[in-house]
Amino acid sequence: MEDVEHVMKLARLDLSAAEREEMRRQLSDILEHVAKLQELDTAEVPPTYHVLKTREIWREDEVRPGLSQEAALANAPRRRDGCFQVPRVAEEF
Amino acid sequence: MNYEVVIGLEVHAELATRSKMFCGCPAVFGGQPNTQVCPVCLGLPGVLPVPNRRAVEFAIRAALALNCAVASVTRFDRKNYFYPDLPKAYQISQYQHPLAKGGYVGIATPAGPKRVTIQRLHLEEDTGKLLHLPGGDSLVDLNRAGVPLMEIVSEPELSSPQEARDYLMQLKAVLEYTGVSDVRMEEGSLRCDVNVSLRPAGSAELGNLVEVKNLNSFRAVQRALEHEVERQRALLEANRRVVRETRHWDEASGTTFATRSKEEAHDYRYFPEPDLLPLEISPEWVEQIRSQLPELPGKRRRRLVDEDGLPEHDAAVLTASKRMADLYDACRAGYPDPKTVSNWLMGELARLLNATGRDLSQVPLTAEHLIGMWRLMDQGVLSGKLAKAVFEEMFRTGKDAATVVREQGASQISDEAQLAAVVERVVAANPKVVADFRGGKEQALGFLVGQVMRETRGRANPELANRLLRDQLRPG
Repeated sequence: MEDVEHVMKLARLDLSAAEREEMRRQLSDILEHVAKLQELDTAEVPPTYHVLKTREIWREDEVRPGLSQEAALANAPRRRDGCFQVPRVAEEF
Repeated sequence: MNYEVVIGLEVHAELATRSKMFCGCPAVFGGQPNTQVCPVCLGLPGVLPVPNRRAVEFAIRAALALNCAVASVTRFDRKNYFYPDLPKAYQISQYQHPLAKGGYVGIATPAGPKRVTIQRLHLEEDTGKLLHLPGGDSLVDLNRAGVPLMEIVSEPELSSPQEARDYLMQLKAVLEYTGVSDVRMEEGSLRCDVNVSLRPAGSAELGNLVEVKNLNSFRAVQRALEHEVERQRALLEANRRVVRETRHWDEASGTTFATRSKEEAHDYRYFPEPDLLPLEISPEWVEQIRSQLPELPGKRRRRLVDEDGLPEHDAAVLTASKRMADLYDACRAGYPDPKTVSNWLMGELARLLNATGRDLSQVPLTAEHLIGMWRLMDQGVLSGKLAKAVFEEMFRTGKDAATVVREQGASQISDEAQLAAVVERVVAANPKVVADFRGGKEQALGFLVGQVMRETRGRANPELANRLLRDQLRPG
């Protein structure tokens, strides 16, 4: 339950007691499952960083047209002076 | 008790690419808010990042110039935190497999040369800019969000604020020489956070670490560290504890203050970025980039010492900025005396740049201007004193030396007949000093030369004035 509360805090979630209990159960299941997977001997298996085979996908350093300021701000609930206006967040990360 | 200062620096440099790290938006500084954005850097749903090849190339170039080992496979990770400058709620960064590790920067210390180890160099994306309004809200401009950013972390091996400053200067010079970043602290393309702790001399254990942020100049880095070292020393000497925290440097008061202290350690829940493939960096690519590295500041410094015979200090100052070093080389290409060149660049030029708060790129002065001025001095047309006034005018207007001399009537009086008349007047007006000189008081001549200079408003050729005075005063 301590883990659940820690993750809740990091993810800024506010869960009811019932939801917390459900999360605790689900998280435990997931961790148990992973623990089971970890029993496998993978000493001879090369690590997989990605399911696709590595190949080079690059973009050349070229400027491409983006969005206008109007389009960029179209969905902003509040805006001012060409900016998104948001509640101030105290710096605490 | 004696304490040992332990400092580490975390430097962020924006890469001078045309476009952003993972999308084609322009990376140039200074556009209207939110006009250099697209669905990728705004973090809109359904988009995929694609790495900018040139950004990776620049980071490799910087890594090689800093003597790092470049990884053959490198990977991006997500760093998760909530802050409005980060539209995706995570920053694409590198954690477990950075692009490069284990380099060094050489600095000079009173105890001799020192190598400061670079722990790691990695790529990430910059965040947006916040403007805090007095009313409590913040405005968000995402033009900088997604600009390629390089993070360079030193080992905590710096043992004084001065060393920290020298390391940063040297690092900046390397990034400037290699052309990978504009390295302008005032525009935020170079940023620096420091961590500092004190421990009893000889102890192997690090003291509680304090991180200091908001350092916007080299001077701020040094001053903030000096202040922080003294603050921690006072705490320890009073048998009090140094709290592990992040502090904010306040330039105006010259002190640091605690920002909201962290209740727990950072927990960014890093995990491999699933939208990006690991990057394979081929040895051929690395070698190709290595073969194209320009002459680096350390090597250039050696050249100035070994070939031009300049003192270490002068060579270090001249090569700290690429523009200054390039100007030096251009001057030397047209003028034979290294000492004259270095004296003027480090003296008058540095003084005027400082006084006007400008950068070499922002003044119209060129090597040709300086070479022209030195030639006029060599020909006796300009005295050293007049040259300073001519120099200021060239610095300000971009006119060449000959033009300034003509316009200001600043040329030296080397005409014997013209100067002889002045000398006669001076001798006639100062009978007592003349008597002193004739009586064997050699210093009296200096006063008379000074009077001649005054009469001609500094335009008299001093050697000629000296000779004419001696002729005039010679007994019999």
